[in-house]
Parts: sequence; C-alpha cells; structure tokens
Amino acid sequence: MSSKQCAVIDYGMGNLHSASKALEHVSNNTEIIVTSDPETILKSDHVVLPGVGAMRDCMAEIKRLGVDQVVAEVVKTKPLLGICVGMQALMNHSEENQGVDCLGHFPGEVKFFGRDLEENGEKLKVPHMGWNQVQQIAHPMWHNIEDNSRFYFVHSFYVEAENQEHVKGRGHYGKDFVAAIAKDNVFAVQFHPEKSHTSGLQLLQNFLQWDGQN
Amino acid sequence: MSLAKRIIPCLDVDGGRVVKGVQFVDIRDAGDPVEVAKRYNEQGADEITFLDITASHEGRETTIHMVEAIAEQVFIPLTVGGGIRKLEDIRNMLNAGADKVSINSAAITNPDFVREAAEKFGSQCIVIAIDAKKVSSEGEANKWEIFTHGGRKPTGIDAIEWAVKMTQLGAGEVLLTSMDKDGVKTGFDIELTRAISEAVDVPVIASGGVGNLQHLADGVTEGKADAVLAASIFHFGEHTVQEAKRHMQQQGIEVRL
Repeated sequence: MSSKQCAVIDYGMGNLHSASKALEHVSNNTEIIVTSDPETILKSDHVVLPGVGAMRDCMAEIKRLGVDQVVAEVVKTKPLLGICVGMQALMNHSEENQGVDCLGHFPGEVKFFGRDLEENGEKLKVPHMGWNQVQQIAHPMWHNIEDNSRFYFVHSFYVEAENQEHVKGRGHYGKDFVAAIAKDNVFAVQFHPEKSHTSGLQLLQNFLQWDGQN
Repeated sequence: MSLAKRIIPCLDVDGGRVVKGVQFVDIRDAGDPVEVAKRYNEQGADEITFLDITASHEGRETTIHMVEAIAEQVFIPLTVGGGIRKLEDIRNMLNAGADKVSINSAAITNPDFVREAAEKFGSQCIVIAIDAKKVSSEGEANKWEIFTHGGRKPTGIDAIEWAVKMTQLGAGEVLLTSMDKDGVKTGFDIELTRAISEAVDVPVIASGGVGNLQHLADGVTEGKADAVLAASIFHFGEHTVQEAKRHMQQQGIEVRL
C-alpha cells in the first residue's frame, strides 16, 4: 500500500493528465489521485491546484464545486502547489474577464501583459509562450534546480504581489513578473512544471517531499 | 533574461508510425513515434508537434493511444494536428495528454469553430495551422493565399488577413507552412513568415523548407518567427536538436540549452 497520497484537484479546467502523469513519474511511494471530492482532498498529504483557461470560468467552477472551501482548509494544514491559473486563483483579484475576485490567499493582483509590450524596441507577443528563465529566491522547493533555469510558460496574465516577502521566483517578459510565490505551506508557480522537462520534474519531486516548512 | 526561441521537431504520423514525405508524396518510414519523441525530448526539443495524416477512424484511435503513450514519458508540450474538426476531437486529444491542438481545414469550413474552441478550452491550446502559397507574380506586391488538400486546392483567402482574423477569433498561436517551400529544403519563405509575424499579436511557428541549420536561424532573425519547426533534418540523423540550438546560439539567438 502507498504510504502517502497526493490529490490533484479536478475542477474541470486543468490539463490534469499532464500534471498527474508528471507527478506519477517522480513519485516513489505517493499515490496520485485526480479528484474533486473534498473528503479525499482533505485526507491527502499533498494537494495540487492546477488550472488552464479563463479566470472567470475557473473561479465559477471552483465555487460551484466547493473547491474554495477545500482550499481554505488545505492552506492551513498541508503542502499545496498551485500551477499557472491555479497560482493566479490564489491571489486577491484578477483583471481577466472584466475583473474576477479570486481566493485571496496572497495579497496582490493578476494583470494583463498588454498589447503594447516591448523589449529593446522589439514588440513582444502575448501570450508569453515558451521557455523563460526563473531567478530563484531561496526556498526548499528549488532544491537541486539551478538558479535561472528555464521553465515552460504559457499565459497572458501575470501576478503582481503586494508582499515582496512572498515572492520566491522572478521572471521577466517586457516587465518583471512573479514566477513563484509562497507563504508557509503554500507554493505556487506561474509556469508549468509538468511541461518543463528535467527542472520541472525536479520541482514536482521536491513538492512531494516537502513538509510545508521553509 | 529573456524568452528562448523554440525548436519544434514535427512528426507526421500515419497509422501509428512516423512518416515523412516530400511535398506529401514519396513517403518514408521514420520510426516509432514514442521512440522518436523520446529521442527529441532528450536532445532538448522545446515542444513536439504531431500531424496526424491518417484518414480512417481506426487510425485516429491509434493516434489517441499514441499521444497517451508519449505523454506518459515526455514532459514537454505536445501539439497534435490533423483531422481536428469538432470540439470533441479537441477534448479527446487534450484528455490523451496533448497540450495544444492545431486546426486547419475545419477553420476554413467554419471560422467560428476557432472561436468556440478558444472559448471552451482557452486560446493557449488552440493553434491555427495555415498552409499558404505565393500567388503574386514576379514584380508584383507579395500576396499569399490559403491552400487546402496538401497545397492543391486554392481557397481565395488572403493568408495575412486570415491569420489576423483567426487570432482575433481566439487562436493563441500560428503554425505557418509555406506550401511552396515544404519539403524542398531551400529554407523558409522568409517574406511570408515576417509578414504574418508582424501582422499578428500571438507567437508564430515557421514551417516548411528547412534543409540546414542556418535555415532555422534565418527563420528567427529574418522571418521574425517565435519558433521554428522542422522534420526531415532531425528524422534521418542529419542533425540533432542540440546542434541546431548551438548553431542558433552562435548567432546571438536566445535558446534553451
């Protein structure tokens, strides 16, 4: 029997196959369960909040399924990893879809990159899509990952944190943005570790071994 | 710190095998898709694209299983195109482990399909595949038109206008293939690539015509592509993805090594 369990929260919006397959790939003795059942999530040792798609739909499903209440409980008790829109959903508010209130775990805003994004006179495409570097700020989740490693991003909205102490990774695309954010037992990333080859798999492995302490 | 230009090996898949033809004829077997995908992943490919050229229903099922098998072992983004006509096709591919799907002829039959797909699954996973051919004569202003059926059937649609329209409807990326250049190994259609890249706000993948590593670099520096796609130079062992990246890096192009 597996000694530990990791729940990947299914609220109908994520590419859950990718996240769960990558977690399975790095898990030694952790069972990976894709679920929306509050009881299963709450008795898991680790919890992943994934997400792709538009924020309004994501938050609507999160509320409809009661995932907001489950997450409110999880953030008090066990390691939680937010991925992409899963990270953005943990902020106060997003300006996507004319403005959406989010879960409010981290003070800060989710903002649009804009249509006039530039770097050295070159116009930048939005979405920010592809492999970009992440400047790390010390945290156990970066164990065995070289600073400035590249991770796979795909997003048009970015996180601006109010509390700089929460920022654990910085990225740059026309402007600085938060690539990783953390507080206590919660760690969230803008990129897709499940699609980021060796560095991403290492991060997922670190998460399954993380006790939620800093 | 900046975003790396991507190198994307492309696998044409038929009935569960990787094949590669020259301008859609003279098809050569290039191996087992899972093995080929793993090899490119190890070489540092930034993404992998599969074009399913299978016509039959059974072939499609085979493709879905193939995507499942690859997604269990290859942890980089996977795009699947070919035969994506309904929302259900997209769901099937995403559930199998694809990260993006590319839509081609279904968008021409019904442009609204792209809007529905982007609304349902998000722009980040909807790639519009554009097969364009030059229709202007020497001395005239450049004009490219959309062609279907492997470049045989004209549609009368202007390629640049089409790219803009499709991205406005929600496509998050453009996979642009020059039908004049595809398979002939003389390099991308640079003018076409640049024209489309400058016209749209989303990333553009240049495709069609790569015969050597310099062609890949030219696609980025001259064609202003955000990513470059190639098949045969990688399939038959002429070059590895790593060699391609080093070549691009030597010319000051940002890559993920």
